[in-house]
Amino acid sequence: MRVMVCEESGIIGGGATAAGMGHLAVMDDSEAQFALTSYSQMLWRELAAELPASAEYLTCGALWVAADEEELVEVHRKHRFYTARGVPVEVLDSRQLSAAEPHLRAGLAGGLRMPADSVCYPPCAAAWLLGGIPVAFGRRVVAASGSGVEFEDGTNLKAPVIVLATGAAIRRLVPSAPVAPRKGHLLITDRYPGFLNHQIIELGYLKSAHATESDSVAFNAQPRSTGQILIGSSRQFGAEDSGIDSRILARMLARAVEYMPELRDLSAIRAWTGFRAATPDKVPLIGRAPGMPGVWLATGHEGLGISTSLATARLLADEILGRDSAIPRSPYNPERTFVH
Amino acid sequence: MIVVVGAGPAGIAAALRAQECGARVTVIDDNPNPGGQIWRGDDENSWVARFRSSGIPLLSSTRVVAVDVEARSLLVETDGVSGRLSWKKLVLATGSRELFLPFPGWTLPGVFGVGGLQALAKTGLPVAGKRIVLGGTGPLLLAVGAYLRQHGADVKLIAEQANIQSLAGFAPELLRHPRKVLQGASLQWAIAGTPYRTGCWIDSAEGVNKLERVTVRSGRDIWTEDCDYAGVAWGLTPNTELLESLGPEPEDVYVAGSGEVDLSFVEGEIAGLNAAGYPERTVLLAPKLEKARGFAAALATTFALRDELRHLAKPDTIVCRCEDVTYGELRKFTSFRAAKLQTRCGMGPCQGRICGPANEFLFGWETGTVRPPVFPAKIATLFSDAPLPADTTGQPDTKEITS
Repeated sequence: MRVMVCEESGIIGGGATAAGMGHLAVMDDSEAQFALTSYSQMLWRELAAELPASAEYLTCGALWVAADEEELVEVHRKHRFYTARGVPVEVLDSRQLSAAEPHLRAGLAGGLRMPADSVCYPPCAAAWLLGGIPVAFGRRVVAASGSGVEFEDGTNLKAPVIVLATGAAIRRLVPSAPVAPRKGHLLITDRYPGFLNHQIIELGYLKSAHATESDSVAFNAQPRSTGQILIGSSRQFGAEDSGIDSRILARMLARAVEYMPELRDLSAIRAWTGFRAATPDKVPLIGRAPGMPGVWLATGHEGLGISTSLATARLLADEILGRDSAIPRSPYNPERTFVH
Repeated sequence: MIVVVGAGPAGIAAALRAQECGARVTVIDDNPNPGGQIWRGDDENSWVARFRSSGIPLLSSTRVVAVDVEARSLLVETDGVSGRLSWKKLVLATGSRELFLPFPGWTLPGVFGVGGLQALAKTGLPVAGKRIVLGGTGPLLLAVGAYLRQHGADVKLIAEQANIQSLAGFAPELLRHPRKVLQGASLQWAIAGTPYRTGCWIDSAEGVNKLERVTVRSGRDIWTEDCDYAGVAWGLTPNTELLESLGPEPEDVYVAGSGEVDLSFVEGEIAGLNAAGYPERTVLLAPKLEKARGFAAALATTFALRDELRHLAKPDTIVCRCEDVTYGELRKFTSFRAAKLQTRCGMGPCQGRICGPANEFLFGWETGTVRPPVFPAKIATLFSDAPLPADTTGQPDTKEITS
């Protein structure tokens, strides 16, 4: 097939791709989410040897941290869930947790180590994935249909298959798509090699991720191959301005310091924001756009867009080409969430 | 309270003028001593001395990390202390920094900005007997050359990239500023015997692990000069980060400073009077302002950078020192953001403050995006909410500030 990519910004991976953490995670929020994340992680693993060094693929593993006994119950539930599905995981007690990440505060209840979780630097991975595919840069698509796309300047590009992968901006082209932008903040430090070993996420993150109304923050930190530390996370609905919200940033960092007190003296060099494409059921929209023959959607991945990008692409290509897929496609069919 | 950010000529002038009007003023500055880059802690300078004896509180070694426009507060960080400082009126006199243009070898130890070289010499870098070549543009080359000569350095060459015709065009402007002519004359005497070449620039610096020689070009002539240090001056670039972080048209914010000392000073005076609520008093400064502007404009024209300087960098010349990004990698891209995302250019600890202006000059890219933290800051600072002690103490108001 002949493929062309239209990118209005002139920059590859300049949207949520550049804003995200690049955590290649397996998640268990639902069976659908688990199937997609674990399939995609396998695809990333297969690709790892070919990725350029600039993609900074690093299998650092993830550590879900339980602050108290209640969260430890969740650790054990996750352990059972993943073990039953053949995913390698390891329960850490309080002492083992300290040994794994010495800068975590003392007295945490325990954690769950997911050794296969990895991280990457998404903009360079995206540019590499794109390879030699032609890109129409700087051209804003204002309408899409099964016969092609229309650009802002009134010109058209005809194509029998149109894939819309515009993240949280999908409603501009598909107003009925049940996708809402969910703003996030991230901050990166100067280089502190060895300070952190794993991608660390507090289990309270799930509460934050599940809150669908109010603003929330959760501790999330990631070691970069440069020795820098990437610190998250915040979630805000209804915030459309891409500027830094100093109050949310402050809450997010205070939360991080609660878990890792020595972070307080590290030098922060940059903060930024991005918009996740959130769906009501936390499952992405992959497949035919309802009521728009010839148009396909690949959006709504919320915070897992990089994680599940490779699996999303495979499922979509399989469906377009009429092939079977490695995992069932129906859970991601956009039809399920559209209001008609 | 009026908060003045910056204690260089513009900040000092603003603070003194505002205090004269009876306003309560606090100055914050990121250097250990007042005076800015030009008067750097020089207590013999009468303005620095006046400022020191004025009683105006100075928070030195203090950086503004973020600005909250709605709450009218600055988040600042100083040795071990951070907190918020409120303002009613804000004067930004944040000065400028040296512009660095990449040329082969510019990252070798021994190559400095001339301002940096002078500052190092003042703080103990031995220069006596050292062979030094200065290159770039502007009066700073002469001033630093004279300073280094006075301290025993063997200044082998001052290479001014502007050609003789544009310098000749500058002469009438100098005649309108007698004090500057005198300054120029004494400089001439101090650097007597040092070759001053116009239309001449450093093409590259060479050496193993440290600077050993520079290659200099003048027209078709190319030659090398063995040296221990090289000082380069490509002009100044304003520190606009704080101003940009305020968003468009912020209220009760005044900006002063230009990179040229007399213009900075008078702009500071005007900002101080406006901030203190006496705009009518600025009328008296109009002639001084106009004169200073004329001189600054003439400087800018005379010492405009020539096009050849855009082509000094070779593919393997480093442009971003923080992240070791070369000219060859950067020229594949069409915008700074694209280059940044793919190469990390400008993503290091300096956040593009060095390579940003160089990229603008080399590629014509717009590089400005300012987000808090405006400068690297401790993570604890970014969630600090306490007011600084200086915010609650300080001098009493002797005049109600009109707001």
